[in-house]
Amino acid sequence: MNIIVCAKQVPDTTEIKIDPVKGTLIRDGVPSIMNPDDKGGLELALRFKEQYGATVTVVSMGPPQADKMLREALAMGADRAILLSDRRFAGADTIATSYALAGCIKTLDYDLIIAGRQAIDGDTAQVAPEMAEHLGLPQVSYVIDAEKTATGFIVKKENEDSVQTLEVEGKCVLTVLASAFKARYMSVEGIIEAYNKEVEVWSADRIDVEEEKLGLKGSPTKVFKSFPKALKAPGEVHEVSEEEAVELIVARLKEKHII
Amino acid sequence: MDFSYSKTEELFLQMIRSFAENEVKPLAAEVDEKEMFPEETVRKMAKLGIMGIPVPKQYGGAGGTIQMYIMAVEELSRVCATTGVVLSAHTSLCMCPILEHGTEEQKMKYLPKLASGEWLGAFGLTEPNAGTDAAMQQTTAVDAGDKWILNGTKIFITNAANADVFIVMAMTDKSKGNKGISAFIVERGFKGFSVGKKELKMGIRGSATCELIFENCEVPKENLLGELGAGFKVAMKTLDGGRIGIASQALGIAQGAMDETVKYTKERKQFGRSIAQFQNTQFQMADLKTRVEAARLLVRSAAWKKDMGLPYSADAAMAKLFAAETAMAVTTKAVQFHGGYGYTREYPVERMMRDAKITEIYEGTSEVQRMVIAAQLFK
Repeated sequence: MNIIVCAKQVPDTTEIKIDPVKGTLIRDGVPSIMNPDDKGGLELALRFKEQYGATVTVVSMGPPQADKMLREALAMGADRAILLSDRRFAGADTIATSYALAGCIKTLDYDLIIAGRQAIDGDTAQVAPEMAEHLGLPQVSYVIDAEKTATGFIVKKENEDSVQTLEVEGKCVLTVLASAFKARYMSVEGIIEAYNKEVEVWSADRIDVEEEKLGLKGSPTKVFKSFPKALKAPGEVHEVSEEEAVELIVARLKEKHII
Repeated sequence: MDFSYSKTEELFLQMIRSFAENEVKPLAAEVDEKEMFPEETVRKMAKLGIMGIPVPKQYGGAGGTIQMYIMAVEELSRVCATTGVVLSAHTSLCMCPILEHGTEEQKMKYLPKLASGEWLGAFGLTEPNAGTDAAMQQTTAVDAGDKWILNGTKIFITNAANADVFIVMAMTDKSKGNKGISAFIVERGFKGFSVGKKELKMGIRGSATCELIFENCEVPKENLLGELGAGFKVAMKTLDGGRIGIASQALGIAQGAMDETVKYTKERKQFGRSIAQFQNTQFQMADLKTRVEAARLLVRSAAWKKDMGLPYSADAAMAKLFAAETAMAVTTKAVQFHGGYGYTREYPVERMMRDAKITEIYEGTSEVQRMVIAAQLFK
């Protein structure tokens, strides 16, 4: 089985602070990490690899610094890493990003594509579903469990208040939740080998795309303005004892019919 | 000269730090309180290859460097000094001497199981009457034709209760003094071998430190490690390497106490502001931070020399001496900055201060380190 995992390098948003004057994100000194849902996707792929035997290829689109994240993927157990890096990809919105990823995947042999549900920086959850459309493949999003059958996959999908079990025939795209697939650590041996392996850097010429559909040119949506989300309401501060605090909280929860 | 981490080391640091934070730190207080050997953690470490970092791949290890191994000891000790010393004693005191002095057969027999973490290693030199004066060995090994017969007692043996393989020093020819000492590889199951009383310690309480008892213990002929009569040299060389491990443990404890104190002094308010805002706090912390960084450079430089195959005996002694005294100084101040809370088990600095003390004592006291450094200086 050939599995493709799509992964994105993102700033660790738990460490991001907002500039109090400019109101923009302070990105300086913020570490970059593998997007958590994508890491969950890689974990699922590696479990398939252990269970059924598979070749796992990680594909990412991003600047050259994303190399480090792909080394991490190799150290976790991925077999091959491809970085789509080209100025022509820059400024892509979700449609141009998914188009480029699909253009890359078209040139590869695969039986299954796994991606994270959404990235913690953009939070759109659109790229993988759009990619499935570009490739004309069935898709299941919000996946919390998956197993292989003779002809496809049986997949559990988490909805807001229920879990659906779906059967997919043939090739498909799955988007997974990090919480369902606790990612393994890189192994020491994997780390040592990660820099002996190659991270293939592919330009737009290497993939199956029309150039005008890439990057900023191919993006119908443009970011107009970014600003920190205003807090909905200021909290209330009560200087009370622990017992009174419990009573107060219980009363409020009852008031709102939560309990 | 390059002081930065290599890309491989950076990736390794990312992994080991996250492992320490998520898998080791949550258990540290319990490991201490219940004197509990962190068995489950060691199994997880084994699975990731952490138990065999500097062992070459051909012997089942990860094929990494001493630098990576000591980074692991530091990061583990930063959150749990017990876990740090389990790895240090296993790697420096058991696998390293087999790797450096063992025959090909011994390496093939023991290293794969040790490096995979299936077996845990330990080292036995200290005796009731042979502490700093390690040449006064009273454990004897007598040639009985097809085997060696060992008799005697070792004390204060780190990892003893859980170890499967021990590197043991014994006197094979008393008339030759320290040139009459030889090293042996002893398996837990050998006839006549047993693990004795467990010490109740001030710190690193999860690491079971015990006696080793040899009563006509039968050791196969081929388990002599290194040449006959070269045991003292094997032991001293092993301890040179071990000191880099303990120096890293001390460094990790010091760093952990720094982390806790920075966090606490920023949160704790007295006289209307956080105590981190007082210049007394800032100046003392600046001095401690400087000492921690100096210790880190000494430790890394000693490890680098060992990786490069350069002489490192005095470097390891300086690293251990300075890092251990730094750990003691930092943890003592850390408790002071925490005030009454620091003296309680509610905060980890209390444990860290207890854990720090042993780094000035084992694998050569600070006095021994000064002897080693001076010997090099005045040779």
